[in-house]
Amino acid sequence: MALQSLDIVRRSATTTAPPSVREPHTGTVAKLIDTTKCIGCKACQVACMEWNDLRDDIGTNVGGYQNPHDLTDQSWTLMRFAEYENPDKGNDLEWLIRKDGCMHCADPGCLKACPAPGAIVQYANGIVDFHEENCIGCGYCIAGCPFNIPRISKRDHKAYKCTLCSDRVAVGLEPACIKSCPTGALVWGTKEEMHQHAAERVEDLKSRGFDRAGLYDPPGVGGTHVMYVLHHADRPQLYNDLPEDPHISPAVSVWKGATKPLALAGIVLTALAGFFHYIRVGRNETHESDERAAARETEHVRHE
Amino acid sequence: MNDTTSEPQRRTIERYTANERTNHWFVAIAFVLSAISGLALFHPALYWLSALLGGGTWTRILHPFLGVVMAIGFALLAAALWKFNKMEPRDWQWLRQGRDVVNNREDRLPEVGRFNAGQKLLFFVLVVSILGLLLSGIVLWRQFFSIYFSLGVIRVAAVVHAVCAFVLICAIVVHIYAGIWVKGSIAAMTRGTVTPGWAWKHHRAWLREKLHATHPRPRSD
Ligand code: HEM
Ligand code: SF4
Ligand code: SF4
Repeated sequence: MALQSLDIVRRSATTTAPPSVREPHTGTVAKLIDTTKCIGCKACQVACMEWNDLRDDIGTNVGGYQNPHDLTDQSWTLMRFAEYENPDKGNDLEWLIRKDGCMHCADPGCLKACPAPGAIVQYANGIVDFHEENCIGCGYCIAGCPFNIPRISKRDHKAYKCTLCSDRVAVGLEPACIKSCPTGALVWGTKEEMHQHAAERVEDLKSRGFDRAGLYDPPGVGGTHVMYVLHHADRPQLYNDLPEDPHISPAVSVWKGATKPLALAGIVLTALAGFFHYIRVGRNETHESDERAAARETEHVRHE
Repeated sequence: MNDTTSEPQRRTIERYTANERTNHWFVAIAFVLSAISGLALFHPALYWLSALLGGGTWTRILHPFLGVVMAIGFALLAAALWKFNKMEPRDWQWLRQGRDVVNNREDRLPEVGRFNAGQKLLFFVLVVSILGLLLSGIVLWRQFFSIYFSLGVIRVAAVVHAVCAFVLICAIVVHIYAGIWVKGSIAAMTRGTVTPGWAWKHHRAWLREKLHATHPRPRSD
């Protein structure tokens, strides 16, 4: 989604500073997803489809509530359902429901991996947004993302994901999903406010026997602008493999880090070495004496 | 003394057949196009190269096809030249005398066959890097193949692809420079022939083999 009114702090495949003089003095934004309040009604999924004009293909029912089965270019968010028998509570069944989608990382792996200038930007308010008109469809963002979020459309071969409703946020509205949530499991505000709200929620949960309740704001990616309140913050994997300590893969850091300019320098130096060899040592020529020696050898072989 | 061209021994020697030359330049063109399109995605400083292929999206579409075309062309060339690129004991001596090589003191080096040790080394660097590019490139080929591989494999493939591309490009820069440095080499690959003196100086053992092949010594009289 193109949205030039917001300020850009990072821009993919760009080596100079993007327009970024304005700073977010009111703080960056954040969405808090309280899994302990979510009832899995999917109102947010529908609101996302409606606001963004997305319609996924009708899939098949495999006996669970999760539908669609995965994120796609048409499904930017989805409820993931996990059934967990808690051994600490006499194998009580817990239905752990997590709204999946882009986490809007402070250190976004997708942006780091993208080779197309301006196909991915990060606004000063924290939102990571794809500008599909600059996207070339290589899929590097998929390899860069620690949460396996971006999806390439089969129709136009561009990458899509949750925009955090950057278009709504830009004009002072909350994201569509927030507006639709009937239980208050989705909350919107500045990142600071969401931290405070989460702290109250965690305290409340602890008083109700969830001593491991906590906030998911993973430091490995610099924190995220979509955060979870979890009953089992010590085991995020329970929630359909939410990564315990997400970070940009070391392979991606090597591939996209200092090695690239070094490799370019290596190629240039190789060429320069050749040039200066030519200047200092010079060409390797065949002389008349070589021709004569070759002629003698030819005679020699002929008369052997 | 001056007009020696009519003498039979000043006839040129065939070094590459028309098929070999065609194959070589086919691979060279495919390499340049693959390298341009790959480098465009390699670093933002080179993204402008994508304009040469019709923009970023066309670069993404064309690059893997160009790469595969190059790999197939190279496989044919490598198959034809494989038997001349086996390392021999004298090649290791040649390599140990690298200083003499770069300082144009060829008279001090062991005799060289059809290819010298540097060319053989280059040959194997090309074989390994192009194989690495092909295998990792298929993993990265989002449109057709990436769905068959896990994210971990794709991430490693990206590193392998970038490393192999770096090695290949540096190797080709050296290869091109060697052609400019050693006069007569480019003609060998464009016209297909070299002078006997060139062969004497740079590939003496090969010249002898050629001479013996054209003047066999069955007569013991
Ligand atoms: C052998 C067959 C090859 C295949 C199947 C292949 C495939 C790919 C693919 C799928 C990509 C990802 C970008 C895209 O979708 O276009 C890529 C990137 C790249 N390719 Fe290839 N390629 C091949 C050969 C080559 C060759 C011969 C070179 C260089 C001489 C090369 C250099 C590069 C570079 C530099 C990148 C960018 C890597 C990066 O961003 O780190 N490739 N290749
Ligand atoms: S979750 Fe993935 S797609 Fe979203 S900002 Fe982080 S790295 Fe990018
Ligand atoms: S597919 Fe992803 S990484 Fe590639 S250009 Fe588009 S946004 Fe960037």
